[in-house]
Amino acid sequence: MIENGRLNINQAWDLYRSGNFHTLGRMAHEARLKNHSQSLEKHSQPVVTYVVDRNVNYSNVCVCGCRFCAFFRPPGHSESFVLSRKELSEKLEETLRLGGTQVLLQGGLHPDLPLSFYEEMLNFIKSKYPIHIHAFSPPEIVFFSRLEGVGVGEVISRLRLAGLDSIPGGGAEILVDSVRRRVSPRKCSTAEWLAVMEEAHSQGLRTTATMMFGHEEAPEDRLLHLFALRDLQDRTAGFTAFIPWAFQPQNTAIPREPETAVSYLRLLAISRLVLDNFDNIQASWVTMGPKVAQLALFFGANDFGSTMIEENVVAAAGVHFRLSAEEIHRIIQSAGFEPRRRTMAYELLPA
Amino acid sequence: MFEPRYYKNLGLEDICHKVAEGERLTISDGERLFACPDINAVGSLAHHVRTRLHGNSAYYVVNRHINYSNICVNGCRFCAFSRKKGDPLSFELSEDEILDKIRAGGNGLTEAHIVGGCHPDLALAFFEDLVRKIRGTKPDVFIKAFTAVEIAHFAKNEGTSVKDVLARLKSAGVQMLPGGGAEVFSARVRELLCPEKLDGEGWLDVMRQAHEIGIKTNATMLYGHIETVRERLDHMAALRELQDRTGGFVCFIPLTFQPANTVLSHLPPATGVDDLKTIAVSRLMLDNIAHVKAYWVMLSVKLAQAALYFGADDFDGTVVEEKIGHMAGAESQQGMTCREIERTIRDAGLEPVERDSLFRKVFRNPASEGRLSGSPDFVWLNYD
Repeated sequence: MIENGRLNINQAWDLYRSGNFHTLGRMAHEARLKNHSQSLEKHSQPVVTYVVDRNVNYSNVCVCGCRFCAFFRPPGHSESFVLSRKELSEKLEETLRLGGTQVLLQGGLHPDLPLSFYEEMLNFIKSKYPIHIHAFSPPEIVFFSRLEGVGVGEVISRLRLAGLDSIPGGGAEILVDSVRRRVSPRKCSTAEWLAVMEEAHSQGLRTTATMMFGHEEAPEDRLLHLFALRDLQDRTAGFTAFIPWAFQPQNTAIPREPETAVSYLRLLAISRLVLDNFDNIQASWVTMGPKVAQLALFFGANDFGSTMIEENVVAAAGVHFRLSAEEIHRIIQSAGFEPRRRTMAYELLPA
Repeated sequence: MFEPRYYKNLGLEDICHKVAEGERLTISDGERLFACPDINAVGSLAHHVRTRLHGNSAYYVVNRHINYSNICVNGCRFCAFSRKKGDPLSFELSEDEILDKIRAGGNGLTEAHIVGGCHPDLALAFFEDLVRKIRGTKPDVFIKAFTAVEIAHFAKNEGTSVKDVLARLKSAGVQMLPGGGAEVFSARVRELLCPEKLDGEGWLDVMRQAHEIGIKTNATMLYGHIETVRERLDHMAALRELQDRTGGFVCFIPLTFQPANTVLSHLPPATGVDDLKTIAVSRLMLDNIAHVKAYWVMLSVKLAQAALYFGADDFDGTVVEEKIGHMAGAESQQGMTCREIERTIRDAGLEPVERDSLFRKVFRNPASEGRLSGSPDFVWLNYD
């Protein structure tokens, strides 16, 4: 089916809907091995990468109010916060001390902070710390642009100038507007999310792409999401990786059972097969636990994500897994792969 | 269903052929399966066998675990549960407390799973009486109680034979023995980890005698500590051999070792791939044991669900209150509701089937009990 070229959406649907579980895994794994013999330097055994980094949430104040979110607090709420410079410094210094190379910096849609606040924050970090800044998902960029009354292109170029190195793929949720209107009505649209990424890529910034699935979308919507990403990647080649996450319902306004392992693995496998122009697919131990994440390395994933020195968003939804770099190494190695640290751009760091 | 080229590339063509033909695998076949780097290849073979035996069914039981005491004369190094008598963390449930737990199960309960430590003083008469009272309180609840290790301990304490203990407990109402205490049979491992415990031959001998008087049993294997792959396979082969003679084993339960709070807490837990491979190879080796369990308490619910595609056909049950795995750091919840179990199985694309201890399908009568397996009002115990 796949040997004649790319999967079309009908073929992908048939496979996703009715493909045998192990066959799907095997096809995804073969695609992953083939993909990687081209894009990465050769190794005695296939490499599985991970990054040492930290998620820093500079604020939880958000006017978006997405129903799937357990992390945000409305402005003025007693539990709302904006990190001080001192707190930020402490977190970054600890990250560097632990061998971290990157920080993922994200907040909410804060109604009162001007673009200059973010420029100054980036400037401050870059002037003090040698660290890659992976920051501000497309909904934040769109929000900054509205608040500031300037175009998305200008927001991105000003943030780049201030020190932004790359953009995380958050806030994609499901890139289908009928779903977004239900679960995150105040968040940027599918077209806006894709436009931010296209603009970032055109300015030379690399980005990732995520999908949060298992809430109110139909299974077909997940495929529409994948094909929207594949189309954009055909034009820009700016995405480094795709990261699907299973929605964690606890403490959110969407009462639902969490996605199970089998449905996660099927989704991961079909992602690997559809996204033939993405070099990397990330397994999510944060939501699935280390054991299922290890299995994911046979269902299309070639990256184990981050050591997550700090993670707040999934933890707010009641899910707490912790893994050291040492444990990540052991998990990757015992599955028969070579663990390698990487940068955000998926360049391998010395072993 | 199999692509011979795929297995040929992995050097497993002959094993694939044997599995397709239903031929028995050797220990060296088992070693080659463990060595195979492709978990999906091993998983597909096990899934083929599991599907041949059980179709799309995945079983579960409405059960309740009761640990009557953690006081134990053995000091197994892999155990976080046992305490010596007099230890402030030791406990011993009274007969009334145990009966209360049984009653709390309501009318939905079909199985009581009762195990404890090897208590130095409790007389066999206490257990006989307990079982009789449970039988009197809940005549329909299947009593699955006392591992082979406890049975041998009762015999020693009482100065009588294993045969006598089994006969007395059977007449009191014990219907089945759980499969615990098997660990791995290897004398090397037992010498290092549980020298005081009943040895492998002794365990098998208790089970043989139970089977001979018509008591069915389960069988476990505790893996992921210091044992070798070969020792796991020898364990499976020993069970297979006894099963050829007695046919008394109902379900095989691979238990992944939980190191926290044990003397072996420096060991890392088995990884997910090792867990699944062990389950898959168990399914393939144990061609004469009908069922293989994905015990969610130890594996986590998520991995246990995936295990239903790697040879397991049973999800265990509601459990309600689990102590042994959780004291050793198992991060799973305490119990699951029927609805959670059924949803987990359905979400994997399989069909949930409520079973009793012997894997007979349970039919519930909505008129008499107002409960139908799977209906929302059947959520009868939801432990936080």
